Amino acid sequence: MTERVSRLRAQSFEARPCVSAERATIMTRFYRENLGKHPPPILRALAFRELCARQTIYIGEEELIVGERGPKPMAVPTYPELTCHSLDDLEVLNTREKNQYIVSDEVFAIYRDEIIPFWRGRSIRDRNFAELPEDWLDAYQAGVFTEFMEQRAPGHTAGDGKLFQRGLLDVRREIRNQLAALDLASDPHGWEKRAELVAMDIAAEAMVSFAKRHAELARELAARAPDENRRRELLVIAETCERVPAHPPRTFREAVQAYWFYHLGVIIELNGWDAFNPGHLDQHLYPFYQRDLEAGILTRDEAAEILGCLWVKFNNHPAPPKVGVTAAESGTYNDFVNINLGGLRPDGSDGSNELSYLILEVADELHLRQPQCNVQLSRVTPDRLLEAACRILRRGYGYPALFNADAVVEELLRQGKSVEDAREGGTSGCVESGAFGKEAYILSGYFNLPKVLEITLNDGVDPRTGKRIGPSTGDPRGFSSFDMLLAAWERQLRHFVDVKIRGNSVVQSLYASEMPAPFLSLLIDDCIKKGRDYNAGGARYNTTYIQGVGIGTLTDSLSAILHHVYERRAVGMDTLLQALQKDFHGAEVLRQELLNKTPRYGNDDDRADRLMQWAFEAFFRAVEGRPAPRGGKYHIDMLPTTCHIYFGTVTGATPDGRRAGQPLSEGISPVQGRDAEGPTAVIRSAAKLDHIKTGGTLLNMKFSPQVLANDADLRKFAQLVRSYFALGGHHVQFNVVSAQVLKDAQARPEEYRGLLVRVAGYSDYFCDLSRALQDEIIARTEHGAP
Amino acid sequence: MGIVFDIKRYTIHDGPGIRTTVFLKGCPLRCLWCHNPEGVDPQPQVSFVAGRCLGCGACVEACPERAISLAPGALPMTDRAKCVACGRCVAACPAGARALVGKGRSVEEVLALVERDRIFYDRSGGGVTFSGGEPLAQPQFLRACLRECRARGIRTAVDTSGFADRALVMEIAALADLLLYDLKDMNPSRHLRTVGVPLEPILANLEALAQAGAPVWVRIPVIPGVNDDAATIQDYLSYLAGLEVRYPVSLLPYHTIGVEKYRRLGIPYRLPETRPPSQQALEGFVRMFERAGFEIDVGR
Repeated sequence: MTERVSRLRAQSFEARPCVSAERATIMTRFYRENLGKHPPPILRALAFRELCARQTIYIGEEELIVGERGPKPMAVPTYPELTCHSLDDLEVLNTREKNQYIVSDEVFAIYRDEIIPFWRGRSIRDRNFAELPEDWLDAYQAGVFTEFMEQRAPGHTAGDGKLFQRGLLDVRREIRNQLAALDLASDPHGWEKRAELVAMDIAAEAMVSFAKRHAELARELAARAPDENRRRELLVIAETCERVPAHPPRTFREAVQAYWFYHLGVIIELNGWDAFNPGHLDQHLYPFYQRDLEAGILTRDEAAEILGCLWVKFNNHPAPPKVGVTAAESGTYNDFVNINLGGLRPDGSDGSNELSYLILEVADELHLRQPQCNVQLSRVTPDRLLEAACRILRRGYGYPALFNADAVVEELLRQGKSVEDAREGGTSGCVESGAFGKEAYILSGYFNLPKVLEITLNDGVDPRTGKRIGPSTGDPRGFSSFDMLLAAWERQLRHFVDVKIRGNSVVQSLYASEMPAPFLSLLIDDCIKKGRDYNAGGARYNTTYIQGVGIGTLTDSLSAILHHVYERRAVGMDTLLQALQKDFHGAEVLRQELLNKTPRYGNDDDRADRLMQWAFEAFFRAVEGRPAPRGGKYHIDMLPTTCHIYFGTVTGATPDGRRAGQPLSEGISPVQGRDAEGPTAVIRSAAKLDHIKTGGTLLNMKFSPQVLANDADLRKFAQLVRSYFALGGHHVQFNVVSAQVLKDAQARPEEYRGLLVRVAGYSDYFCDLSRALQDEIIARTEHGAP
Repeated sequence: MGIVFDIKRYTIHDGPGIRTTVFLKGCPLRCLWCHNPEGVDPQPQVSFVAGRCLGCGACVEACPERAISLAPGALPMTDRAKCVACGRCVAACPAGARALVGKGRSVEEVLALVERDRIFYDRSGGGVTFSGGEPLAQPQFLRACLRECRARGIRTAVDTSGFADRALVMEIAALADLLLYDLKDMNPSRHLRTVGVPLEPILANLEALAQAGAPVWVRIPVIPGVNDDAATIQDYLSYLAGLEVRYPVSLLPYHTIGVEKYRRLGIPYRLPETRPPSQQALEGFVRMFERAGFEIDVGR
């Protein structure tokens, strides 16, 4: 890495996130003046234009790629129109031990005097909670599910190749053509479409002028640059920002800067989940790279430096501050940018190229928290790319994650995408499959599968509060067969899925009508063609996911009941229920029996794995294909971010021997430390789940570093991954770190500030994780090399 | 039926590719440094992990031989002379502190488990390795397993000390795809003393294998203070260079991972003072083998 990148990296690594009130102030003044004067899309576009015109422009020393969401790196704006933080919220952000955001006295004062008085009761969050039905609130407070859009906009998408092939002036021409073609006489929705298209045009124009403001500042800085070298660099920056994103990029440098402006536009407009994502960056940039190399205007090292500057930009942008349940389910600064490498081209050929390797090198050298990158492995992907990825995994950053590109395509095809759109898709966020540039694939909330069992075992009552929140499905002491228990669980499950889906309608309708995203809509097909907003179903494909959490804990709990209560008849249902109620106090022998003598998921033991398949299918049946807001359908995902920790805290003792409050299993991984048959058994168990019926599953595995010690072992490890994908697995990620190192890091965090580990779908600094999450990662089985 | 004491999956140091290793119980050797003490006795045994014991007494009640006693506040004591390894205490123990080491398994049972990881063998060029103990000490079972693997298209390796009848060694070499052949020392009198059997038949068998052109990987345990002096390494080099085939060599550095197993079986450990060889020493040996033209690696 060049000295420039090394210094920019160090600044980004050292900087501490703080809250900036600039955006909130501009927004509040704008809304006070304009609320009620325009239809929502135009209001939002004008608000976006106001931000682009007024917010501070930052160009840092030595930067080659420019632009920040806030007034400087790590200065994080807030989005009071979505979530109006209370003074208490700000206090929590300012003082919490992990994932702290510094809040200055000035920001407190602005919030107290300006922001809160205007937005309280008007923000989407306040309106959601005012409108959501009581049974939804009961289940939400019990921790049966979470709600992704209670503090953040939908987001959840990625860009495709068109971002690199056209400029916003081209897009504006397309909008004008659509506007010209509108016929209000024959199209009853013509007026709505007109408002949306006008809004998109305003947003496009706003972004072009935002880029030009950077050009102006660059020229100003050039005029007083300390040396000739930097003066020239600043003039190139100015020229680049004049050119893109108004026009299509011509060079590698322009292509990277153009993407970065699109990225900024999306995250300035709204605080959508997973920020934004360039998708298949290696494929998109390759033509520019090749052309510039041939023209002699770029070297490989210069390309690496530009990419390094882009990497720092991603890292400069931690997630918008989250509080409450959202902070618990997603407790990280990471905003889940997940760059895809390799994979397929739309015609089905191998998508990897020399840039795939160069980008891996950059990711390895910089090893920052953000961005994530992953390798999409298809059957046509060369082993060379897989092995290059494994060599980085060996260093223990937890990335790149590895995805099965062929399974991703199959999943998307099953959901009805065209084969080209599916191949140009990939995975974003943690593990979510999507048709990049053409789909809104919204995660709507995590769903606590073991909690549903707890409620089932208590006949519809949440034992934590004593409140009835589910239907009465019978006292399990009276269940003469295990099938009766399964049937009761499935009834409870369907009840809570219904409750969740009713709530989703409330939340998503509010976004569709009140919180359009005209800038994001410019980037996703077919919003312009349809004249409809991204948040209102404008994308070509619209999907809403509910994400199952804790299938390992659920499976082992069902297995414990089947094995000990119904098959061996060694433990009575009443004894078990009493022990659970008392959190196993006075029942340690029983707890050990449940822990140690239960057939468990993750050991390639069909007795347990069949129950996992049954529970998975029941969850699938309850959700799959139901009509969703925005015109799409519901599907399921199996991933947790940090929600397995939060859900654990609200779930009492479970029949698998887990104590109350302890973490649930994460993703589709086995219960921590309960897989004893080695990695191939874990993989075989996990592959028994029908991944193609999901939009993403998350398998975490931990290996001791010696398993990848030499190249021969590394090749075997690579084939382990290939085998999982041959069996149909969607994704696997690895921690290659010994438990001893993690324990040392707990004891002496100051020595391990840079230690990255894999959490679930993303990497994070170990020392930034909650103690519970640190302990959970340590408890995961560490596969050795027998 | 064979007596199998473990089946481990994703073994990556017992032959090419990703493998499953089947450990057969019983061994005629008595190596001082043995890291698989549970593989020595041909009969099943019960192991006990003290740290897991709850002191609940379930094992005492379950034992039909009255071999287990439990004093208040102490750990249960097993009279190993009375224990017949029936496994009742293992089933009764709620904590999983007791395990049956060694179980009668049919060829079909073993193959069913081995087959589960076929996709991993196929992708990595792996297969199954029969180890021990000394797998040749259960010749009928080993033969049947190897034949069945071959019939099902699963590649095999046999990890042997070579201490067996010539005819059996040659027969197994023909049935398996690879032999992992341990050469524990080159000094005959020391071999007899530390391994418990004479060296000569082991060398003679290896020579016969080389003459027949059988595929073999030679494995040398590096035991500090026993066989790691320069003269012995030189003896290895000249001996192996003299064989008809230049076999690849793996050095297996002495390790102390097996010590815990001794504790669990209630057997005293016989090399309490020995430490693993230094990285530097191993690298020196690797260079010596490389200079002599051997394919060499350091295994585990």
